[in-house]
Amino acid sequence: MVPASYFLVLSAILFTLGAIGVLIRRNALVIFMSVELMLNAVNLTLITYSRFLDDIAGQVFVLVVMAVAAAEVAVGLAIVVAVHRHKDTTDVDQMSVLKW
Amino acid sequence: MLDYVWLIPLFPLAGVLVSALLGRWLPRRVVATVASLAVGASFVAALLVLFAMLGLPAEAETGANGRERIIPIFSWIVSGSFKIEAAILLDQLSILMTLVVTGVSTVIHVYSAAYMKDEEYYNRYFTWLNLFVLMMLILVLGDNFLTMYVGWEGVGLCSYLLIGYWFEKESAASAGKKAFIANRVGDFGFALGIMLIFATLGSLAFEDVFPAAGTLLPGTATAIALLLFLGATGKSAQIPLYVWLPDAMEGPTPVSALIHAATMVTAGVYMVVRCHSLFEQSLSALNWVAWIGIITAFFAATIAMAQKDFKRILAYSTISQLGYMFLAAGVGAYSAAMFHLTTHAFFKALLFLCAGSVIHALNGEQDIFRMGGLRKKMPWTFATFLVGVLALSGVPPLSGFFSKDEILYSGFGSGAVVPWLIGVVTAALTAFYAFRLLFVAFYGKSRMDKKVEKQVHEPSWVMLAPMLILAVLAALSGILGLPTLLRLGNAIDEFLHPVFAGSLVVPPASEGAAVEGGLMGLSVLVVGGGFFAAYWIYIRNWGLAARMTKSTQWLYDLIYNKYYVDEGYMEGIVKPLRALADLLSTVVEERSIDAAVNGLARLFGLAGEGLRRLQSGLVRHYALAMLAGVVGIVVYFLLRSVLGF
Repeated sequence: MVPASYFLVLSAILFTLGAIGVLIRRNALVIFMSVELMLNAVNLTLITYSRFLDDIAGQVFVLVVMAVAAAEVAVGLAIVVAVHRHKDTTDVDQMSVLKW
Repeated sequence: MLDYVWLIPLFPLAGVLVSALLGRWLPRRVVATVASLAVGASFVAALLVLFAMLGLPAEAETGANGRERIIPIFSWIVSGSFKIEAAILLDQLSILMTLVVTGVSTVIHVYSAAYMKDEEYYNRYFTWLNLFVLMMLILVLGDNFLTMYVGWEGVGLCSYLLIGYWFEKESAASAGKKAFIANRVGDFGFALGIMLIFATLGSLAFEDVFPAAGTLLPGTATAIALLLFLGATGKSAQIPLYVWLPDAMEGPTPVSALIHAATMVTAGVYMVVRCHSLFEQSLSALNWVAWIGIITAFFAATIAMAQKDFKRILAYSTISQLGYMFLAAGVGAYSAAMFHLTTHAFFKALLFLCAGSVIHALNGEQDIFRMGGLRKKMPWTFATFLVGVLALSGVPPLSGFFSKDEILYSGFGSGAVVPWLIGVVTAALTAFYAFRLLFVAFYGKSRMDKKVEKQVHEPSWVMLAPMLILAVLAALSGILGLPTLLRLGNAIDEFLHPVFAGSLVVPPASEGAAVEGGLMGLSVLVVGGGFFAAYWIYIRNWGLAARMTKSTQWLYDLIYNKYYVDEGYMEGIVKPLRALADLLSTVVEERSIDAAVNGLARLFGLAGEGLRRLQSGLVRHYALAMLAGVVGIVVYFLLRSVLGF
């Protein structure tokens, strides 16, 4: 049996990588991918605990998270496409009009 | 008629309303007529009241003053146990003051109609002149300290407004402010005195306070009396608050005649006489009154001797004569003080009206050394002025002689020998400066500017008639107070006697005919001396004055510059106060308080400035912030479970 800690550490590392990606990368699409990475890391944690606590709720929740992620990506990409049409760039740092 | 006493102040009130509200659209003649009629009607009403009073017995069955009445008008203040009724105290003293005020006012209103006819703000002048009469009547007729204070402040206000009538002129505006501020210092004392009266006696009505005066502790009585007297020194221009009166000559001459000679300045004398029961509880305070009075009289007379401005000489003369009245009040000779008040009102107003006539004719010239020879060019003015000078100097049989002499006699008789002596010397000085003024302005060669001289003319009858009326009064009103020597009865003394019946300080009735006659002779001698000195210097030896001045230049400079009192006040009081004000406005106001309040505002601004930089617009910064928050929460919960809190 693979110990639970392996899964959890993996999940943590994935989450951290995703977070760093969100903070560092400037391309909007890459940021989205990093967000997806974070979501999937969380999914992994949920499944791990579902397996080790023998509760199906974790897996059900993972399905919900996946649905939400999909919807969120759809809307987010639509926004990125709209912005790209105006500014001809996906550089997040260029989209800083709403500031002081 | 006695019940209609309230008509007396009502007419001037109506006059004020008409002049103030409608004056701008009414022709000048109407404004002047309405104003004069208002005061005239007041005078007639006062006369009718007097006749009604004379019909009453002087002494009631209870032995009290049979001619005293209190006529309530309305309930003014009702605040718990503090009640003030607006009522009129009608007695011999108040009716005498009322008659003097309304009579002289009427005459001066008529004079003003012509004197001010070229003025632009005609209705403003008459509004305030009528308002002044109204306020003076409130002062004189009130039956309690609060109404008296209302009138007191009111006349001060009107004085300020009228002195500063030509407010565009810097000196006039300053003079108005000076008058009001000097008065205010006195009024402060007066107000404190009133508060002390209320605190100790629980009432402000004269009919409550005066009978209870005996219950005051000596210290309290002295404090009250001195505080009240401080107010009197402000209003009646005595030392130390007389400095505003010479400057007040910036106002139109009829104003000087009415307010600063005949009426407002006498309010202080009236107040001391009215409150005699209070003053008598403190003989030291009465002493102060008498001494300050006579010293002021002497002091002002010396200054008058060296002045060159027509009106200023008369102003210092007024200060001097008021000093005599306070001397009389201080020795308990109240009816003598009132008698002199009355005669002085007549002859001083007359002198000022003549001054106005001269100034008008000479196109505004007020320096007597630029006049001369007016006797022939303005005979009527000269004649009436001569009457005024004779009355002021105290030449028998004019009124000034009788009233001044009665004061000096009372002083001598009550043992105040030094004040009496100072009074006699001052009488000589008075004669000197009065005749000096007469000789320099009306006699001798003309020193007038040629253009001015060509159009010197007598004023119209509208101005001359009041002067003549006052001249007659100045000449003949001596009959009201004939000395005991003549055994013809002293009318004013007998008339006022019931008012002062309970007085504790009574100057002796008569020292005997020889003493009285001797003193009168001395007065005449002294006046003659003053006259002769003026004659010798200003008629016979014209250059003598200049030579005498040069030999004692320091003395002349001292007197001509009014003993540098104004400069002293400026350095000693005004400048330190201004420095204090500057200190407070810069260090305290600007640097401390403003800095604190503004600083607090700026602090919030800076905080906002700093915090707004969080809104960088960059999503990545926001993401970082969110991450930091989440990490913080996680750490907190971890620590909680690990450390167990």
